[in-house]
Amino acid sequence: MDSFPILSLVTFLPLVGVLFILAARGTEEQVARNARWGALWTSLATFVISLLLWLNFDPTTADFQFVEKIEWLPAFDISYHMGIDGISLFFVILSTFLTPICVLASWRAITVRVKEYMIAFLVLETFMIGTFVALDFLIFYIFFEAVLIPMFIIIGVWGGPRRVYSAFKFFLYTLAGSVLLLAALLALYFEAGTTDIPTLMAFDVPASLQTWLWLAFFASFAVKMPMWPVHTWLPDAHVEAPTAGSVILAGVLLKMGGYGFLRFSLPILPLASEQFVPLIYTLSVIAIIYTSLVALAQEDMKKLIAYSSVAHMGFVTIGIFTATQQGIDGAIFQMLSHGVISAALFLCVGVVYDREHSREIAHYGGLIERMPKFAFVFMVFMLGSIGLPGTSGFVGEFLILLGVFQDNTWVAFFAATGVILGAAYMLYLYRRVIFGKLEKEYLKKIMDLEPREIAIFAPLVALVLWMGIWPDPFLSVFDASVSNLLANYQSALSSVDPLNLAGR
Amino acid sequence: MIELAVFLPLIGGLIAGIFGVRMGDRAAQLVTVIPMLIAAVLSSYLLWHVGIQGNERTIELFTWIDSGTLEVSWALRVDTLTAVMMFVVNVVSSMVHVYSVGYMAHDPHKPRFMAYLSLFTFFMLALVTADNFVQMFFGWEGVGLMSYLLIGFWFGRPSANAAAIKAFVVNRVGDFGFMLGIFGVFFAFGTLDFDTVFAAVPDVAGRTFNFLSMELDIVTTLCFLLFIGAMGKSAQIGLHTWLPDAMEGPTPVSALIHAATMVTAGVFMVARLSPMFEFAPVALTFVAFIGASTAFFAATIGLTQFDIKRVIAYSTCSQLGYMFFAIGVGAYPAAIFHLMTHAFFKALLFLGAGSVIHGMDDEQDMRKMGGLYPKMRKTAALMWIGSLALAGVGIPLLGIGFAGFYSKDIILESAFAAHTGMGLYAFWAGIAAALMTAFYSWRLLFLTFHGRTRADEHTFDHAHESPMVMIAPLFVLAAGALFSGALAVEYFVGHGMEDFWGSSILMTHNIIEEAHHVPKWVKILPIAVGVVGIVGAWFMYMVKPDWPARVAGAMGPVYRFVFNKWYFDELYDRVFVRPSFVLGRGLWKSGDGAVIDGVGPDGIAAAARDIAARASRLQSGFVYHYAFAMLIGLVVLASWFLFGFFG
Repeated sequence: MDSFPILSLVTFLPLVGVLFILAARGTEEQVARNARWGALWTSLATFVISLLLWLNFDPTTADFQFVEKIEWLPAFDISYHMGIDGISLFFVILSTFLTPICVLASWRAITVRVKEYMIAFLVLETFMIGTFVALDFLIFYIFFEAVLIPMFIIIGVWGGPRRVYSAFKFFLYTLAGSVLLLAALLALYFEAGTTDIPTLMAFDVPASLQTWLWLAFFASFAVKMPMWPVHTWLPDAHVEAPTAGSVILAGVLLKMGGYGFLRFSLPILPLASEQFVPLIYTLSVIAIIYTSLVALAQEDMKKLIAYSSVAHMGFVTIGIFTATQQGIDGAIFQMLSHGVISAALFLCVGVVYDREHSREIAHYGGLIERMPKFAFVFMVFMLGSIGLPGTSGFVGEFLILLGVFQDNTWVAFFAATGVILGAAYMLYLYRRVIFGKLEKEYLKKIMDLEPREIAIFAPLVALVLWMGIWPDPFLSVFDASVSNLLANYQSALSSVDPLNLAGR
Repeated sequence: MIELAVFLPLIGGLIAGIFGVRMGDRAAQLVTVIPMLIAAVLSSYLLWHVGIQGNERTIELFTWIDSGTLEVSWALRVDTLTAVMMFVVNVVSSMVHVYSVGYMAHDPHKPRFMAYLSLFTFFMLALVTADNFVQMFFGWEGVGLMSYLLIGFWFGRPSANAAAIKAFVVNRVGDFGFMLGIFGVFFAFGTLDFDTVFAAVPDVAGRTFNFLSMELDIVTTLCFLLFIGAMGKSAQIGLHTWLPDAMEGPTPVSALIHAATMVTAGVFMVARLSPMFEFAPVALTFVAFIGASTAFFAATIGLTQFDIKRVIAYSTCSQLGYMFFAIGVGAYPAAIFHLMTHAFFKALLFLGAGSVIHGMDDEQDMRKMGGLYPKMRKTAALMWIGSLALAGVGIPLLGIGFAGFYSKDIILESAFAAHTGMGLYAFWAGIAAALMTAFYSWRLLFLTFHGRTRADEHTFDHAHESPMVMIAPLFVLAAGALFSGALAVEYFVGHGMEDFWGSSILMTHNIIEEAHHVPKWVKILPIAVGVVGIVGAWFMYMVKPDWPARVAGAMGPVYRFVFNKWYFDELYDRVFVRPSFVLGRGLWKSGDGAVIDGVGPDGIAAAARDIAARASRLQSGFVYHYAFAMLIGLVVLASWFLFGFFG
């Protein structure tokens, strides 16, 4: 397996699908049909191959696996370097898992420019996977930024009425962060003389430079997460994006920020990371409480879920910067779990949106009478979102809070209030949409889930319960990588200031 | 066998839940009721096998969460405390299952209801068989979820939906404390397994840690936090507001969840953690204070309510207070004893009330009842038995009586025997509550079954006794209300106590032994005030029926204060609920909208547009404008050069 470039295959297979779709000829109807099926088969094949990664993954080592390295610009010591460890493996699988679901979810909802739409999604998939497997900073940067382009197009072309405003807001926000990331990348290159990530991890960046680099990284990753107060692009982007766009946005794109913190900030800039922990904690706690309260007041389903995402990502940033095994395990797990749950919640909104073309909460009510299956599915994800034990949402949240309690009880205290508020806004949403009497005339003929939709939701429901009841197959994969990361982090800190380690 | 007793309800519930609509109502009922009955028989055997024969054991299932030094397993730990709980849960639950077949006969969603009941039972069993904090929390949240679903079972009613959310969110407030407690346990002990933690408690006791910038005693702080969770689940004062509203659910739910089992989870939790609480005397004092206050406070409200279910709900709240102050003075076995007897007679009372409601065409207001005895003799007789057990009627010095007589007396005696200020407070609050308990119980009986009827003619004519499928379970529960006290007293709080409980409960100080030696008047007083309460109710509601209104009028503000449930709901609504919504809206519109977007993206965009507009205005197209601009530029450059700004 070592010699076979499986990572490149997973990364670029979707582009092969793009070629097929481009080659399709015939009437508009035929082209659309071919595009749908082509995208579905390609993305499913990619998913299956990505599962091989998991099967052949060795969880006992923290080293990068399936490594491919080809010299690209030898004069500048920049190479095409790919590989995964326990931290990145599941993000790759999350991307390949959600893409076919997005294709299926768009089956009927997208009727114009189907070919271009499917191409955009496949290209997006390549960029997402590339981001998570790249082991060269420059390659990472290219993928990381390239993701913006198809997403910008998806929102801007197939979005709702205010799509142009939202698309630009999304683009400008994230691009502003990117510029600083690029500057940091260059500074790091001039300092260390390489952009190879494993080399950079071992490189001691001078303490004075770390602060500036960290801030530049932070600007980019915080926007992606998004952290308060640079989160306002997210609700707008979600509201205007088509359902599948929201799924990818919430499911994968938000995770790139967290991944960035884990892959770059913590290992390469440990001193600055430690120095900025109070900043991260403060912003995260504000995010949890602030956005939970805002979610309580929402009248638009997608906006509510978007705000809840910001709150959940607040937990993630806390977990990462606790620099404890439980905190980081929890943060990774929470990202995966949120990737599944929030994606599923947006799909749930998509189900009723496809039927009624409204996202207003007040438009609905009493759906359980006509849609018991939908009510059940929505219930599972709602419970996952509020972190009920037995669902995936619990494991992540619990580990994060457990981790941060070891470090700072105030943060644990305030973050735990999010547990109360989270229950309040989700149950309130569910009640207004699903419960109550079915009194609105136009809802009296609404149909329950059809087989295609059940096929979309079934794996998601199974996954949420599996990750909640038996999370071990997931946790054991990132265990070695996280403890290695922590060991390096602590030794970097102790080499500078032995007291600091004792204090933690 | 343990596995069967735990997982049979889960299997039944899942089958009924998934295939219920396809398999039909009758099949769904059978597939849940039969496993429940088997589980009840099995757990009765387990109580004998574990409690009396002393075969404790723990079955490890598989690893749940493993992260760094944290390891949590799914396990079934059955010691005497668990066996008692399993017995109570499965017996009451199986009776409620049978009863529901009759009670829900006209409901269109029978399979869903049966599935919920069975799943609830499973979560409750998961809670009581936990051998670590996290599994306990799993069961804890699971029963909370089922409670939420069952309170809101009639989803068409706005009040039911509101009550369901309230129950969940108020419980989450308690869980907030519970979770912080769990994190603290891991912080202090490095593990979340009960046995390991309990073994380490004596070493940790007395040490302090930094919590919220305060230097606090570890064990005491953790016990406080964990107890907040118990307060939420067991509806203790402050976090009790959800329980009366929970009566929106179907009556079998009230009997099972909101009287016999789930609400006692808090009591069970503190008893399970006795090895921790025994080392936290300050926390125990707090437990006693909360329990005693709740016992008194809830009883006062019970005096004034007219909804038959709400009276019983406040009574439950009050009885849970008894259990907690028993724990607070260290009498854990007495608390669990009362938990068991209470489960029988309170489930009996609720199901009896359900039988009345069922026979009266869903009427719950006691002002529209009365004189029902001839119509439903069996229900009336059963409710009398339940009330006699609740009031703790018996013959004091001979020690013969209804179930509540044994358990309530040992609690009050323990409180007295504690000889502490808090113990005496609890004792007198408990005596006052016993008086009120007797009064409101007979007020309920008289208003419902005796005197002249106040129901309208149609309803009264159609009032009928419930079918056998509903009455039969009541007989089983009535047997419990009659005999469980007399049968169990020796094992639970008598001389066989130490053998019976084994290692499941830690008591550093044998308060029960002292309770057996309190003065005679302490033993007589509870029953004396009970009789006074019964006679008082008879006088007020049978002899002089116009007196209650006059008393209420004379008491004026006090009556209104009590009738309006001490204004807790209004207070919380104003302090927490409404401000949250207002704040949320404010942060959204002005925080996100005006400040962040206004200064950030929109502001920058507007500024850019503004500058661009100005810049474009410069391009006026007039030659002399351009010439003038060039001239200015030339002047600036020339002066810069001439005056040597280059330094």
